[in-house]
Amino acid sequence: MAVLAEAKPVAGRLDPALLLKEAGAIAGIVFALTIALVGLRTKDVPGGLDIVTRFSDVFAATIVAFCGRLGLILLREGRALPVLLVSLPFALALMALLLYVQLWAPHAGLGHYLPFDSTVVNWCLAIFALILAGRAAWSLWHAASTKSAKEREQTMDRVAVGVQKAATLLGPLLLAFAIVLPFLPFADRRILDIAILVATYIMLGWGLNIVVGLAGLLDLGYVAFYAVGAYSYALLATHFGVSFWICLPFAGIMAAFAGILLGFPVLRLRGDYLAIVTLGFGEMVRIILLNWYKFTNGPDGISGIPRPSFFGLPFTANPPEGTQSFHDFFGLEYAPIDRIIFLYYLILALGLVTNLFTLRIRKLPVGRAWEALREDETACRSLGINPRNTKLTAFAIGAMFGGFGGSFFATRQGFISPESFTFIESAIILAVVVLGGMGSQIGVVFAAILLIGLPEFFRELQQYRMLAFGAAMVTIMIWRPSGLLAHREPTIRLFPKEAARASRK
Amino acid sequence: MGYFLQQLINGATLGMIYGLIAIGYTMVYGIIGMINFAHGEIFMIGAFISIITFLTLGLVGMGWVPLALLVMLLTTMLLTSVYGWALERLAYRPLRHSPRLAALITAIGMSIFLQNYVQLVQGARVKPMQPLISGGFRLLKGGDFVVNLSYLQILIILLTVVLMIVFTLMINRTAFGRAQRACQQDLGMAALIGVDVDRTISLTFVTGATLASVAGLMFLLNYGVIDFYIGFLAGIKAFTAAVLGGIGSLPGAMLGGLLIGLIESFWSAYFTVEYKDVAAYTILVLVLIFRPTGLLGKPDIEKV
Repeated sequence: MAVLAEAKPVAGRLDPALLLKEAGAIAGIVFALTIALVGLRTKDVPGGLDIVTRFSDVFAATIVAFCGRLGLILLREGRALPVLLVSLPFALALMALLLYVQLWAPHAGLGHYLPFDSTVVNWCLAIFALILAGRAAWSLWHAASTKSAKEREQTMDRVAVGVQKAATLLGPLLLAFAIVLPFLPFADRRILDIAILVATYIMLGWGLNIVVGLAGLLDLGYVAFYAVGAYSYALLATHFGVSFWICLPFAGIMAAFAGILLGFPVLRLRGDYLAIVTLGFGEMVRIILLNWYKFTNGPDGISGIPRPSFFGLPFTANPPEGTQSFHDFFGLEYAPIDRIIFLYYLILALGLVTNLFTLRIRKLPVGRAWEALREDETACRSLGINPRNTKLTAFAIGAMFGGFGGSFFATRQGFISPESFTFIESAIILAVVVLGGMGSQIGVVFAAILLIGLPEFFRELQQYRMLAFGAAMVTIMIWRPSGLLAHREPTIRLFPKEAARASRK
Repeated sequence: MGYFLQQLINGATLGMIYGLIAIGYTMVYGIIGMINFAHGEIFMIGAFISIITFLTLGLVGMGWVPLALLVMLLTTMLLTSVYGWALERLAYRPLRHSPRLAALITAIGMSIFLQNYVQLVQGARVKPMQPLISGGFRLLKGGDFVVNLSYLQILIILLTVVLMIVFTLMINRTAFGRAQRACQQDLGMAALIGVDVDRTISLTFVTGATLASVAGLMFLLNYGVIDFYIGFLAGIKAFTAAVLGGIGSLPGAMLGGLLIGLIESFWSAYFTVEYKDVAAYTILVLVLIFRPTGLLGKPDIEKV
């Protein structure tokens, strides 16, 4: 069956009726998908709702789907030339029109000739047409790719191995870049804020990687520990005035305790069930934070959380009487960005501690037990590994790093509320881990930059951000189901590699 | 007593809605062993298509309630089932032989995508709707408390029962039902004896989406207000219902839905409204710990 399906495209005769039927089916489905939700928009009017029609978008989408599908079928059948001849001029003309309308003549009547109302959708269409043209051109100049899906997957695996090998070299380079980043000429406040955000997610990703990547326990409620850490610091600091550095370990301990609390009842569960229960736990924590008004201030959140200080030196322009601030002590000019740079280094250090910890613990018995547990729980049990303790340590340690991250979040924001700890946050952190390739430390870095950093640069497209995020999650998973840099190398071998090679001779 | 009876009626109505969504979860889990995380979003889309159809009917001046309801029902079933089909075709079919985690991540991604898609094209504000059906029977007048059974609740319960009968007949008597049950037992074996597995899985998603869309319509009629976020919570509760009833078991899903609806209703009535969602999660955790196979599920034996 597989052989038939992957038969090489031959430029034989095409049946136009079949062609139109296939493309027409897709067009019909797109029409059915868009007619109600896109074509008829509900609008708030005094006294209820009204309907605004947007049928032009529906028809445009239907025609685009028809033509796009037709193009793909023709490509599959080896007729690349007509596809190229149509799609390339179309893409270029659309882009030219878009640029013209956007840059020079926003009010000219030309905008009516654009297929969709939304500029972003128009750009997507243009890019899609360009990709189609590119594929057509590629297949004209090269013989059709004979690689099967499996071979392509193997190629990507080799790339992943290469990147992981390069990680020994790449890691220090990235680290060096991360360290000098605040002093580079282009690093302004905005860049640093994005860098702090990405670093936060890298740190959380590394923390969750212990639970998901190493121990193989699927956790959809990681944000609960993040919340516990954040609230621990916020409450201690605002009520008792305890400093950040004393709270940090305490927040970690509280979160680890929460991890054990969650871990106990769910020890017996596996796979998807575990995921759903952890999700329920995360939501429970959020609902309790929301409703326990006396303790957590409910939906109003906690504000006025103290900023961290540099070993007791605050980052303020005018320190209180009798104390010195950071710039006074070092004899510097006061600059508000100092605090941001300090926060950046703080999260960088926290992240590095997490990473170092993970790399080291993988070599300890407990780390090896985690990985063994991930591969086969039954075998582990029969070999005398205690699954209960092993799972609980994974939960606790993963949660502890989540708690550290939460404290950092609280001190950076200065304000926290249950709004910040929704399920979507857990999903993003898990997506960073899984998309990067479970268990791969450098993969987490790439995935965080890709998923968190890139969209931040397109803040103007705010409303499309989460849409693109969801679409990216789906696309990357379909393209590479085991994650971008997934590659599992045993941490320890029964016979070292050289010995194995020698014995084979 | 009167208060109790009223909560029983309200809870049963709510339970019908959860049960209809839960069937979609349980069917998909039974056949390909994955949690279709985006199923709650399908329910939400069903509710949106219902309200859009209703408003459009109002524009063209069709005001007769029974006919309007029928048109809403058919439109939302038809258009939402296309979403169910497209979801499986685009997001799940390419990953059928991949690690289960990959399918779960795609499902979460699809859920985020659909939520934001609806938010983008329909706006983030809540959508209110005037009650379409009002009035009801007065069942009991005990002291100063009156127990009401509204026409709407009768409609919801009747519609669910009719759907359940049709659905049970479909699963037990038709060729699709046989294929569906065969695939649920063993996908590979079903393919060997000539069952079109791809088509059966597609139809399973279509059936699940159709039932969820009816639940969406009922939700809209019952609460009179929807937004793009309703799918998440309803989805979690329906999944809890599916687990409670025993995942993979169709009568179990309906039973679980009914129980979840009742528990939620009684919890809000006798304890606290704020923590009613915690109740659902607590039940989920308790069931999974003490009876992972659910009430009507078969034990899952792991062979080494």
